[in-house]
Amino acid sequence: MISKRLEISVGVFVIAGILALVVLAFNASGLNFTDKDQRYILYARFENLSGLSERAKVSLSGVTIGRVVSIELDTEDYVAVVKMAIDKNVPLTTDTSASILTAGLLGEKYIGLSVGADEETLMNADEIEDTQSSIVLEELIGQFLFSRSE
Amino acid sequence: MKPSKLMVHHYIINGVRRIGMNALDICATFGRAGWFLVQSLNWGKGFKAPLSRLVYQVYNLGVLSLPIILVSGLFVGMVLALQGYHILVDYGSQEAVGQMVALSILREFGPVVSALLFAGRAGSALTAEIGLMKATEQLSAMEIMGVDPFKRIMSPRLWGGIICLPLLNLMFCVLGIYGGALVAVDMLGIYEGSYWANMQGSVEFYGDIVKGVIKSVVFAVVVTWIAIFQGWNALPTSMGISRATTQTVVQASLAVLGLDFVLTAVMLGGF
Repeated sequence: MISKRLEISVGVFVIAGILALVVLAFNASGLNFTDKDQRYILYARFENLSGLSERAKVSLSGVTIGRVVSIELDTEDYVAVVKMAIDKNVPLTTDTSASILTAGLLGEKYIGLSVGADEETLMNADEIEDTQSSIVLEELIGQFLFSRSE
Repeated sequence: MKPSKLMVHHYIINGVRRIGMNALDICATFGRAGWFLVQSLNWGKGFKAPLSRLVYQVYNLGVLSLPIILVSGLFVGMVLALQGYHILVDYGSQEAVGQMVALSILREFGPVVSALLFAGRAGSALTAEIGLMKATEQLSAMEIMGVDPFKRIMSPRLWGGIICLPLLNLMFCVLGIYGGALVAVDMLGIYEGSYWANMQGSVEFYGDIVKGVIKSVVFAVVVTWIAIFQGWNALPTSMGISRATTQTVVQASLAVLGLDFVLTAVMLGGF
């Protein structure tokens, strides 16, 4: 009773729906199942993250080379510990410095790295020593007012 | 003649009585509709014959709704990108248009607009079809022949709707996001990389996409339920069918918009 063409069109419809989900998952949400051996993990400690979130970009000279995996609080020193996954093809020197930057005036926070001149490179689970917290506008204004009043 | 004191009492009591009647009527309708849903969800025995009926309904409700869903998805995305660009450019953050388009489509426009279109395109057709079956006494004839109209007629339509709408929603979202890219990147000249990168930085797979699909499934149940119940409940006259069809579109649209608020509030953790 039901023609073959109808059944085929229903099959194509269902497949297209599932494909749409896949396209959304990969293109819109950037979900990736890339195997873990393509990346290595680095840690960095910041005094103040002020709005840096998980999955934020880690970039070097403006090129995204990794993402923030997780953010934790070190309860001994009371600093934020950021865990980053970096592309394995990008070796970073041991004197690399990390700072929290803002994309544009109202844009998202990201971690900007700049490479030093050292010979040795950071290995998996190493820590970036040289970090600079993000600039908090209120503190900056406070400092400005304080210096003016003197 | 001035109304006597007794007459005033009469009016008041009649008014209260009318409210009571309406309340009972509403309760009875909800009860019948609930029982109707439970009966319609019953898949029935066997696999092959019900499956072929289901396939036919997926064709009827889903495949034939594709053109309107895809075209409106494309245009909703394009308009969102255009509007968003002109708002964001004032703040110098026009690069965020990708994330704005994607979030608003995945969270709200996709599920809601596709459900509204589905109610207009497929829901009204379901009501008219079932209402006419009732008016021409096909449903009664089936019962006399020992065929359960719930399993034969209602169940495949309900399940068909539940399968179709989430799939239509996903396609709507894809077309919307690519429509937004078309306008933002090719027409307004936003850098393609930042359109997609901003979007990927802010859209979460579970938090946005999966929740949108959950919304869509809820809407599918509600819209299809209202459509088949209105058809089944219609007065078996030409007037009754036309009224039931109108009621389907009105009630389904209102239910979708109202439920959308409730679902959004729950999902965003407002409660």
